Amino acid sequence: MSEVVVVTSGKGGVGKTTATANIGAGLAILGHKVVLVDADIGLRNLDVILGLENRIVYDLVDVAHGNCRLRQALIRDKRFEGLHLLPAAQTKDKTAVSPEQMRELCAELKEMFEYVIIDSPAGIEQGFRNAVAGAEKAIVITTPEVAAVRDADRVIGLLEAAELTDPKLVINRLRPRMVQRGDMMNIEDIIDILAIDLLGVIPEDDHIIVSTNRGETVVQDQRSLAGQAFRNIVWRILGEPVPLMNLDGERGLIGRLRRLVGLG
Amino acid sequence: MSTLLSFLAKLFGREEAGSKHIAKERLRLVLVHDRANVSPQLLQVLKADLLKVISNYMEVDEKGLEVQIDRTESSVALVASIPIKRLKRVAKSMA
Repeated sequence: MSEVVVVTSGKGGVGKTTATANIGAGLAILGHKVVLVDADIGLRNLDVILGLENRIVYDLVDVAHGNCRLRQALIRDKRFEGLHLLPAAQTKDKTAVSPEQMRELCAELKEMFEYVIIDSPAGIEQGFRNAVAGAEKAIVITTPEVAAVRDADRVIGLLEAAELTDPKLVINRLRPRMVQRGDMMNIEDIIDILAIDLLGVIPEDDHIIVSTNRGETVVQDQRSLAGQAFRNIVWRILGEPVPLMNLDGERGLIGRLRRLVGLG
Repeated sequence: MSTLLSFLAKLFGREEAGSKHIAKERLRLVLVHDRANVSPQLLQVLKADLLKVISNYMEVDEKGLEVQIDRTESSVALVASIPIKRLKRVAKSMA
């Protein structure tokens, strides 16, 4: 049983590509056959996030235009057995592919892989419409900021119009200390506003920047909180009801002091 | 004394009015506007449904019926103007 999942957000810079890479790698680590599709034609990034930028020969547009066979464009990630990338073209623009071509492509990939995960570009124009065209499920990424949540709300409406009902939410870059101070919206606040199911919460984590610098994922990093959060998301995608990580537990002196005086 | 208390509250993160409340309130408002972007088709269907319900109680002028979304700075309202032709006897006795 395979599925085609689109990862989208409306707003740029909230972590779509990082989430796509980590969820894909996480599924592959657990033995699943996964292909990640970079649908951001003209601004490809999934290749650099995965550290596969030097291995691209053909891309998604080549496949859509019949310049090569699908298998020739797929890049196998040597670190994770079962993980593949179909890169976006860098020199074309969004109009180089049609929603109909994307639907055909997704159908073909679905025959070959258990999980087809599409990294959508920011925005709600043709690139977005291409990315959702062949998808059966959707993951919406947001951060606890007014602009990101607003754009997520808009995207949820558009997904529903495209018959992708019941999208799942990932809240990225949550900062527990700011939440505790009352200076950042918390999980309940965001769910309350968007009214969709929560798939997971990723805390802000320096490990992400370090691993991105290296072209590596963080999901296999046992010391990383974000890595743990991504592993939990992967389990939930596989149907395991993993509880949310406790992000409130403040470590360090201040946290202990607070608890001591009953304010924690 | 009260300033000392609020200072302590801030220090220990118990300040009620953190900026997240402002964020949430602004979001709530902006989304009311965003979501109120209803299509003319939807308004037509709504009009038809309104007429169906209201005509159970009174006779109204279908041609004079006006339904629109009114947006102001701080709220969005559904405003309907429905001229009544005649009240039905049933409605009267119920009132």
